[in-house]
Amino acid sequence: MAKLSLDEIQKVALLARIELSDDELASASNEISSILDFVDTIQNTDTAGVEPTSQVTGLTDVWREDLVVKCTVAPKLLLASAPDMQDGYVGVKKVL
Amino acid sequence: MPDLNYLSITEAHELLVAKKISAQELTEFYIGKIRNLNPKIRAILTVCESQALKQAKKVDTKIASGAEIGLLEGIPYTAKDMFLTKGIRTTAASKILEDYTPPYSATVIEKLDQAGAVLIAKVNQDEFAHGGSTENSSYHVTHNPWDLDRVPGGSSGGSAASVAADFGIFSLGTDTGGSIRQPASYCGVTGFKPTYGVVSRYGVIAMASSFDCIGPLARSAEDAQIVFEVIAGKDSKDSTTIALSDKTLSDKSPVGKLKAVFYDDEDSDVVSNGVAAIDGSLLDIRTEASIAELVPLELALAAYYVLVPSEISSNLERYDGVRYGSKAKDSKDLLDSYMKTRSEFLGPEVVRRNIIGTYALSAGYYDAYYKKAMQVRTLIIESLNKVFEANDAILVPTTLEPAFKLGSKTDPVEMYKTDLLTVFANLAGVPAISIPIGFEPTTGLPMGLQIIGKQGDDKKVLAIAKNIQSDSDWHNKLKELKL
Repeated sequence: MAKLSLDEIQKVALLARIELSDDELASASNEISSILDFVDTIQNTDTAGVEPTSQVTGLTDVWREDLVVKCTVAPKLLLASAPDMQDGYVGVKKVL
Repeated sequence: MPDLNYLSITEAHELLVAKKISAQELTEFYIGKIRNLNPKIRAILTVCESQALKQAKKVDTKIASGAEIGLLEGIPYTAKDMFLTKGIRTTAASKILEDYTPPYSATVIEKLDQAGAVLIAKVNQDEFAHGGSTENSSYHVTHNPWDLDRVPGGSSGGSAASVAADFGIFSLGTDTGGSIRQPASYCGVTGFKPTYGVVSRYGVIAMASSFDCIGPLARSAEDAQIVFEVIAGKDSKDSTTIALSDKTLSDKSPVGKLKAVFYDDEDSDVVSNGVAAIDGSLLDIRTEASIAELVPLELALAAYYVLVPSEISSNLERYDGVRYGSKAKDSKDLLDSYMKTRSEFLGPEVVRRNIIGTYALSAGYYDAYYKKAMQVRTLIIESLNKVFEANDAILVPTTLEPAFKLGSKTDPVEMYKTDLLTVFANLAGVPAISIPIGFEPTTGLPMGLQIIGKQGDDKKVLAIAKNIQSDSDWHNKLKELKL
C-alpha cells in the first residue's frame, strides 16, 4: 500500500472532523501509512464466498413493548451537561 | 483490628458478618491506603469518599439491625473511568470529558450499588480505552506495582494496578481486545472477559460496539465469579444483551475430564515461552492437552485493527462539543467548532484511530478494508468453533512478554502487537480469563495464562481457573508485594 499523501490525510481528517496542524499532518501521514501496511495482511487471505461478520450474538430485531416509560433522569440534569446553554436551550453556532 | 490487607471478597464478608470490622472502617482503611500509596502508583483519577462512606453506613445499619447481608455488601471496589457514575466525574481519561459529571449511572454500577458494594474510586485508563499501557491517559501514567518503572498494561491499567496495590478488593474493567486480561497479566491479578452480550453496557462509554465487554479484575477467579454473577444478565436498556443460558451460570464443569488445547501458531515460541512459565500444577491438564492450530494470530490482529478503529470512528462522532463535554472557545461556524473541539481535546492515539477508521469506511476503501476484515472475522470464528467441537478450552499465555518499561513503545504498531494473544477472543465474542501463572525468570515479573471457552461457557472457564487456583498459589503472591 502506497504511503498516504498529506492531501489524503487532510481529506480523511476533515471527514473525521479533526483539525490537524502541519506537524500533526506530517506525523499522521507516516503513522497511518505504517498502520495500513500492518493491517494489509488481510489482503492476502482468500475470502471468496465468505459471509462477513458484523456481530456475534445472532440477535435480530430486538423489540420492546410500545409503552411510555418515564425517564428517570430529569431533563434539566441532562441539559446541564451541555457546555453552552442559553435560556434553557443548547447553544450551537448558526447552521443556516 | 484484624489484618485487612489483600482480603478476598469472602474474607472481608466474614469479617463484616462477625462484626470484627464495620463497613465504614473497611472503606476508611481502603481510602487511607489510596491516600498513602497512590502517589507512587497513580492508579486513581477520582476518589469518591463521601458517596462511599454513605453507602458503607447503610450496610452498617443493616448489619446492626441483625439482617443478613449479601457477599458484596460493604465490599470496597474501584471502577475504570469508562463507567458512568451519577454525580461522580467520569472522564474516560480524556480531556474532552474533563468536567463531565453524568446524570445517571451504568446498569452494572446500579447493580453493584443494589448489591451493597462500595465504589471508592474511579481509576485511570488509556483515553477512551485506546491503548495497551495506560500511557495514553490524558491525565497521567500509572505505574506497575511490581516495578514502578514499568506500565501496568492497558487499557484497564488503573483497574489492574488498583487490585494489585490493594486499593480495592476488585475493580470493573472493559475489554475490547484484551483490555482486562493484558493488564491483569502484567499486574499479577485475575481478569475475566465474559461472553459478548452477557453483561449490559448501558451507561458505559462505547469504544467498538461489536467487541466491547465488561468484566471484573480481582484477586482470584472465585472473586471474579462473585462479581460476574451480580453484573450479568439481560438489560432492557441494552438491546445487545443476551439472556444467560442456564449453562452460563449453573453448569458444573467436568474439570476432571477437561480437554484443553494449547494454542499454537507458526511461531512456536508463543507456546513454548508461555508453557515454560506455567506452573507444574497444570501438568494434569497438560497431559490431556494437544496443540491446536488456528488462523494465524497476526491475521486476527490485522482484522481487529481495521474493524475496531472503524467502529471507534463511528462511536466517537458524539464528542462534538454540543450536548456534553468540552468545547473549543473560538470558532467561526459549526464545522469549525467541531474541528477545533476535537483537535483540542482528543489525544493523539484517539485521533489516529478516528482517522484510520474513517479511512477504512470511506468510499472506495470500504470493500478492501472493512468488508474484508469482517470476512476474516468469520474465518476466525469458524476456526475457533472447530477447536471447541473437540475441546473444552483453549489455553494460551495472555501476553508474549511481561510488563514493559514506561515510554519504551513509541511506535503505534509495536503497541498494537501487545494485543496479539488476546484479540481473537473478542473477534469471536467468547469468554476468556487471565490468571497469574508464575514469574518471568529474567525480570521476576508476573505472567498470565488465558483460558478461553466457547460462547456461553463462562461458568466452565471460571471453573477451570478456580480449579487451577485451588492447586496453586500464584494468585496469592500479591501479598508479598512491598509498596
